[in-house]
Amino acid sequence: MQLRISIQDGTPIYQQIVEQVKYLVAAGRLKLGDDIPPIRVLAEQLRINPNTVARAYLELEREGIFTMRQGFGTKLAQVKVLLTRREKLRLLAEPADRLLTHAHHLDVSLDEVIALLRERDAAMQPKSSQ
Amino acid sequence: MKSTLIKFPSPSSAEAIIAVSGLSRQFGTKKALNEVSIFVPRGSVLGFVGENGAGKTTLIKHLLGSLKAMTGSVRVFGLDPVLDPVGVLSRVGYLSERRDLPGWMRVGEFIRYTQAFYPGWDERYASQLLDQFQLDPVQKIKTLSQGQQAKTGLLAALAYRPELLILDEPSSGLDPVVRRDILEAIIRTVADEGRTVLFSSHLLDEVERVADHVVMLHQGRVVLNGRTEEVRAGHISALLAFAQPPGASPVLLGAHAVTGFGSEWRVLFGGSRTDLVTAAALIGARVVEERTPTLDEILVARAGGKGS
Repeated sequence: MQLRISIQDGTPIYQQIVEQVKYLVAAGRLKLGDDIPPIRVLAEQLRINPNTVARAYLELEREGIFTMRQGFGTKLAQVKVLLTRREKLRLLAEPADRLLTHAHHLDVSLDEVIALLRERDAAMQPKSSQ
Repeated sequence: MKSTLIKFPSPSSAEAIIAVSGLSRQFGTKKALNEVSIFVPRGSVLGFVGENGAGKTTLIKHLLGSLKAMTGSVRVFGLDPVLDPVGVLSRVGYLSERRDLPGWMRVGEFIRYTQAFYPGWDERYASQLLDQFQLDPVQKIKTLSQGQQAKTGLLAALAYRPELLILDEPSSGLDPVVRRDILEAIIRTVADEGRTVLFSSHLLDEVERVADHVVMLHQGRVVLNGRTEEVRAGHISALLAFAQPPGASPVLLGAHAVTGFGSEWRVLFGGSRTDLVTAAALIGARVVEERTPTLDEILVARAGGKGS
């Protein structure tokens, strides 16, 4: 599980972890039953406060993505919960808000933004097709 | 629900390891500390920031009992460090910026010497740190590099597994590799049984990574005190566009720093987004760009108009 933390990013660090884990799961890079690094190991790896990692893990456990059991470590569980449409859309809501804010500031209409999304999607197709 | 592995206490629910209230200190006519109050719960990491001369070291000296509170009170583990220095210092690991190590001693001698003061000294941990820091026990301290001296001092501060670790500018003047070692040591200290760390630094990137609480001092006063992410989220770095270029630097209510030229000005605003938009509208500007500033940007803006 390789995560990357950015201090420049306005998103709190624990939230960056939560979002990246969700993304890894959604992208199929973390699988059911996969071992998750212990809090302390991830904290040292990312050079961040273990309390922050603990907070992210707790959140992920609450959402049913991680299970944490004494003696068994942290494992990935219930990927299906994440894969609901609502969950996915919720993940996209924040970047969407950011995009819309930019568009609003630049006086670009919603229709133009949608057109731009289609255009970018078309441009990305050849590379990301699998 | 007893299955969780989390052993790190939530800092908000824990008892106070450090409680300072209304502390003021004057050196001659200069107010070094002015009505300072801070509270550090067990298991948290407090990042202590501010420009040189802001009062960080003076406050740390109060915590260690080497300065007596003129007004206000200082409690560490609920004890007064001046009245009960042994009760406090035997539970505190301390590394000062000027590491003050006896240069004539060899690393191994220094370790044995320090060990004698602390009954709780963990020999296995000490030799593990010696190994990890790549220190040679027979080398004379005065022949060590800056980085090796810092590691030696850190080893001495860590090896008796103190409940509270106080680091005064631990990274100052050190290269990135040693800084990384120090940062990892802080992380490990917290990960082990939820011990508490207070460290002062002007490397705000480090503070941002490691501290869950930030206290910012400016000219002896606490100007910011809160959870790291809340401190950041409470500020907005915004770009304002004016329909009519203001003649001089615009004055925006709630802005800590205003820089720019012509019709575009960047402000560091303390408050919510709604407040910002309202305040900007009042002076005929609109917000064209906004983002969450880094601690560094907040410190520079808060510590007075001049950018550094």
